[in-house]
Formats: sequence, structure tokens, C-alpha cells
Amino acid sequence: MSDHVIPSKMYYGIWLTLMVLTVVTAAVAFVDLGALNTVVALVIATFKAMLVVLFFMHVKYTSEKMTKAVIFSAIFWLLLLLILGLADFATRATG
Amino acid sequence: MADSTALAHEHEHSDLQHHFADMEQQQEASTLGMWVFLCTEIMFFGGMFLAYLVYRLEYYNEFATASQSLDIKMGTINTIVLICSSLTVALGVRAAQMGKRTLLVILLILTLIFGLAFLGIKGVEWHDKYKEHHIPGPTFNISDIQHAHPQTPLNPGHAELYFSLYFAMTGLHALHMIIGIGIFLVLLWMAWKGRFGPNYYTPIEIGGLYWHFVDIVWIYLFPLLYLIDRKHIP
Repeated sequence: MSDHVIPSKMYYGIWLTLMVLTVVTAAVAFVDLGALNTVVALVIATFKAMLVVLFFMHVKYTSEKMTKAVIFSAIFWLLLLLILGLADFATRATG
Repeated sequence: MADSTALAHEHEHSDLQHHFADMEQQQEASTLGMWVFLCTEIMFFGGMFLAYLVYRLEYYNEFATASQSLDIKMGTINTIVLICSSLTVALGVRAAQMGKRTLLVILLILTLIFGLAFLGIKGVEWHDKYKEHHIPGPTFNISDIQHAHPQTPLNPGHAELYFSLYFAMTGLHALHMIIGIGIFLVLLWMAWKGRFGPNYYTPIEIGGLYWHFVDIVWIYLFPLLYLIDRKHIP
């Protein structure tokens, strides 16, 4: 098979990073950053999700371009849903 | 196909379906199919996330104060439990790739233990919410939350919306965990019988993709549900 057997050290490294980021995100929630709290929490969550997708789900190592196309289309669709949905509600004149 | 080496090649891998050229192509097709399924899962959860975001922006005070009634310790521990389970899954795929049957079986059992631990902790949290009358319905009551934030007048209906979304999202996530545990029980059975090796570990790979996806959903649920403005609301 062409799939790389990734060294286990790499998996432990990713795991440790995810653990540290989990503790960091919980701790930062208790620091008053105003509106930035939400931004920081979501940036950390997105970074964690990226690590899981790239390394645990082997997307970084796949030679199959279709897989990447499917993932990009999924993210694009999700952003379309969230951004257009929120833009609608944010600009509505609700009484 | 009539070629004798091709036939010999095929007999070598009885797991190769006849419509694929080789094991590699077969695995790539399966992996791509799994990603398409996960794409539909993203759409499925995406609708819930949008509903959550719209109401959170609309009823911010109720969402923030209700969020603070959740147990952040249990939420953090559960996040850590899930990340550990993702590690055992990733190492399990690696063990299968290298044909280490015993190691694979051990890692699958560890994954199942982490999965069940997550559901157990989630169950304790839900039971706490039940005791606190925070489950939407006729006995719903947030006087304790209002009492904790005397300077912020709260609308119980809006808080009920937060808890409706909380139970819908964590409930759907837990349902995915239960399905994942079912899938991993089957994988454990197959691994026990020695079905996997360097040439064939596709079920482990795509079962792992599912497990990691469910982990990612929780990676977003944790900050969105537990970590709203822990410091701000008076």
C-alpha cells in the first residue's frame, strides 16, 4: 500500500498539542477579553479541528485529490450556510 | 483478468472486490466515499450550529448565564477523554497498517472504554441538569441561574431555548458516539479474528474517520456550549 505508516511520535505530538489547547481554551474563558473571548475560543477550536483532520484523519498524507475537493466543498458549503444565515438575521429589523 | 499473474494477484488478496484494479484503488474509493458521508454529516450538524448562533446572538444574556450553569470541569474532562480516544484510534490504524493484531485489539478496547467514559460523564451532567430543573418542559425553572446573576434580568423562555439546543446538540452528538461504539465493537470482533493486516485495513481506516469526525464536532460544541462569557455577565 502507498499509505505512509506515520511514526507514532507524530501522533503523540498531535495528541499533546490537542490536550494543551483544551486546557488553554478552558482557562482563557475565565480571562475577560470582552468580545475576543468568543474569537479566541473559535480560533483554538478550528486549529484543533485542523490538526485532527490533517494528521489523525491522514488528509495531509493522502495522494487522492478528490478527498481534498470533497473536504473543501464541505467547508465552503458550511461557511455559506453560516455566513448567509447570520447575515440575514444580523440585518433584519426586528421589533 | 485472464492474465495469470493478475489472477494470482487477486487470489493473494481475497478482500479485493473484482471491480477494483488493486487494493490501493479499493481503499481510496472507500475513503473518498466515507468523506462524502462526513460531508453530509457536516451539513446535518451545520443546521444546528446555525440555529444555535442565531439564538445566541439574539438572546445573549440568557445564553451566557445558562452556559455558566454547566459544569466546566466535566466538559473539559470529556474533551480530554475524546482526544485520548482519537489518539488510540489513530494508533490503532497504525497498528493495523503494520499488522500488529494484539496491539490493534488493545487500542480498540481502549477506544471503547474512552467512548463509554465520555457517555458516562455526559449522563452525569444530564442528570445534574434534570435535578436542577434545567430540562425544557413543564418543570423548567431557572430561578437558580437568575439568583446567581441578580443584576441581569433573564427571560426563562430564552434560557429554555439555550437548554433545548444544548440537549439537542449534545444528544445528537451522544447518539453519534453510541453508533461509533457499535461500529468499533464490530471492528474489535474483526480485529480479534485477524481480519486486518498491511494489505487490508480499510474498515479500521474509515471507522476511524467517523470517530475523529465525532471528536471534531465535540471540539466545537465544548467552547460554544460551555465557554460563553465566563467572566463578563454580572
